[in-house]
Amino acid sequence: MRNAALLVRALADPSAIIGLDAADWTALVAIARAESLIGSLAWRLEALAVPDAVAAILADARRSAAQAQTQALWEGEMARRALAPLGIPVVLLKGTAYAAAGLEAARGRTIGDLDILVPRGALDQVEGALLAAGWEWVKEDPYDDLYYRRWMHELPPLIHRARDRMIDVHHTILPPTARPTPDPAALIAGSVALPTGLRILSPADMIVHSAAHLFADGDLAGGLRNLWDIDRLLRGFAAAPGFWSALADRAAHHQLQPAVARALRLARAIYATPVDADVAGPPRMADALYRRRLLARDGWGRERDKALRFAFYVRSHWLRMPPAMLARHLWTKARKSR
Amino acid sequence: MGGPRFVADPAVERPHMWIDGFAILYHRPSGMTHIIASPVPEMLAVIADAPADATDIVARLSAEHDVAGEGALDAIVAARLEELESAGLVYRA
Amino acid sequence: MKHEARIRVGPIGFRVGSAWPGPVAALNALYDGYPTPRDDIPDFTVRLEPERPWRRWVRPSIAIRGDYVLPEASPLALAHGLLAAELGMNLQMALGQRRYLLLHASSVERDGRALLMTGESGAGKSTLAALLGERGWRLMGDEFALIDPATGLVWAFPRAISLKNQAIDVMASGLPQARFGPVLSGTPKGTIRHLRPDARAIAEMDAPARPALLLFPRYGFAEALRGVGAAEVFVRLTQASTNYVALGESGFNALRNLVEAIPACAIDYPDTASAVSLVERLWAELDG
Repeated sequence: MRNAALLVRALADPSAIIGLDAADWTALVAIARAESLIGSLAWRLEALAVPDAVAAILADARRSAAQAQTQALWEGEMARRALAPLGIPVVLLKGTAYAAAGLEAARGRTIGDLDILVPRGALDQVEGALLAAGWEWVKEDPYDDLYYRRWMHELPPLIHRARDRMIDVHHTILPPTARPTPDPAALIAGSVALPTGLRILSPADMIVHSAAHLFADGDLAGGLRNLWDIDRLLRGFAAAPGFWSALADRAAHHQLQPAVARALRLARAIYATPVDADVAGPPRMADALYRRRLLARDGWGRERDKALRFAFYVRSHWLRMPPAMLARHLWTKARKSR
Repeated sequence: MGGPRFVADPAVERPHMWIDGFAILYHRPSGMTHIIASPVPEMLAVIADAPADATDIVARLSAEHDVAGEGALDAIVAARLEELESAGLVYRA
Repeated sequence: MKHEARIRVGPIGFRVGSAWPGPVAALNALYDGYPTPRDDIPDFTVRLEPERPWRRWVRPSIAIRGDYVLPEASPLALAHGLLAAELGMNLQMALGQRRYLLLHASSVERDGRALLMTGESGAGKSTLAALLGERGWRLMGDEFALIDPATGLVWAFPRAISLKNQAIDVMASGLPQARFGPVLSGTPKGTIRHLRPDARAIAEMDAPARPALLLFPRYGFAEALRGVGAAEVFVRLTQASTNYVALGESGFNALRNLVEAIPACAIDYPDTASAVSLVERLWAELDG
């Protein structure tokens, strides 16, 4: 049974694909698609000789990612137009940010919804401006709406009426109920303006955000893709003098030093990313478990190791909401689904 | 009239075909396809030429094309401008 | 996965894995004689798996998964395994196809030129294609037409034809039983039976054709015929395509070239004989 080690090896060192047979290629394509990394893989292998069937699949993936990126950047532009009159900072997050800034991490990357960060005090105005420009609420349930507004770090999801695309408006990067408490004002203050007027996080903050997202905002689903982002970002940012100490400072400031350290260790272990030994810190016992969870995918694209996966899923919800609140939330949800 | 001035992407960003009196247009920046009828294609051309507000658009359209009943044109241009902005084909300068 | 089928249909190779032997056996029987994926590397993977581990044996039901999934899709009963496999392949095409502009249309070929037929589900495009395929035309496909953006040619994608309810009887008379898959009754769409394309359709599946005529057929109405304006055709074809938007400008160009090049008609017909004669008449008029 092949696992995702096949994929990470090909990404980290493209020459590893020399000598792969048809069964290996079949598995590699399925795993890459399952991990949303087929576009990134396609760019890494662009210059190499591959079987005809694979060349066609990878060419499709590159073209597909490019068109998806055009659409994602367009959503950013339409949000910019709607929010420009408010005169507030609008910070792009994740894939859209990488694409807007022309970063290597964007190459071949699939981008989902638009994520933006705005000052908490401006949320009402932002909501108003987006609704006026054609976005509308996705969820209609008032309990879920209340849950979102009180406990989450974002407005309830909005979707554009005509374009059918979602926007997530964040006022901080982790739920306010979660244990590490990042500093959104510092994120915005440290942000960098693009020529269009939209903003992106500073390099150190981008890494901090990506690490936070990897560990706290889910059950490591999409983890390999998230770590690949971190690998690509770090290779670009590390060249700048003072980057590693800036990263250490920001990680500490946002109370996310353990998450950033672990992200660095995992990127090094999985993608051989060069990382600063001090910021990465000494290896921890749990690193191996994380690595196993991240690589647990078979040649058919299925997730393996269900027990481990379940453990991570429960943990991720526990991190978002303290246990008492979690119990109440799950109880209400269970009652309503009867 | 007057109002805000609008900008449009240059023609090369909007390849289009004319069929049955409609223009079917592919908007490269958004990846969206639009089907538009006169005077919208003409308005787009005017705005792409130079930024224009509603009054400018009416004036340039009247000068360049045979337009019957200028009064009606004001209302039409205003309505179409709103749609064009909503569709992302024009934006405020 | 325990059981696996590998089938190439036109330019597209599929790998279909299943937790149960039945669906794979039925698929291999229906597609007997079809080639395998190019280079032995499939374009898409379909997985037929139990929703929960115990559903493999207890009231077995099949969740359709693979490279591309519809998260809210209902599982199918094990008895409908062949249908699940077919739906799985359709889903990969509908959600994942990026090389060809995909139109929900049937197509048949004569003398290197293709007749494309498109319309709502149930309007009759599949059955009409199947009928023409038995009357001297080469069947290229009953569900999806693959338009190559670079050349404008249509490529054959001759999957088994999915016949529903009355259409099964229409086709069953006069064709050997060996050409048909099992009767699948009680499916969400009623009774379904699959018809294998004929030997010629299978043998010639790698031969593309130049589109020449587009029809919007409607079965069950008094015979009628009208031309359809190019703008209307363009709009209706974007609605009939699952990947027009994803293809971006190359999709726009493929469609504009198609619409500018070929005539389009809407035809209504009450029965088989009428349908075939309308088609033959319109085809003959092309050269007029």
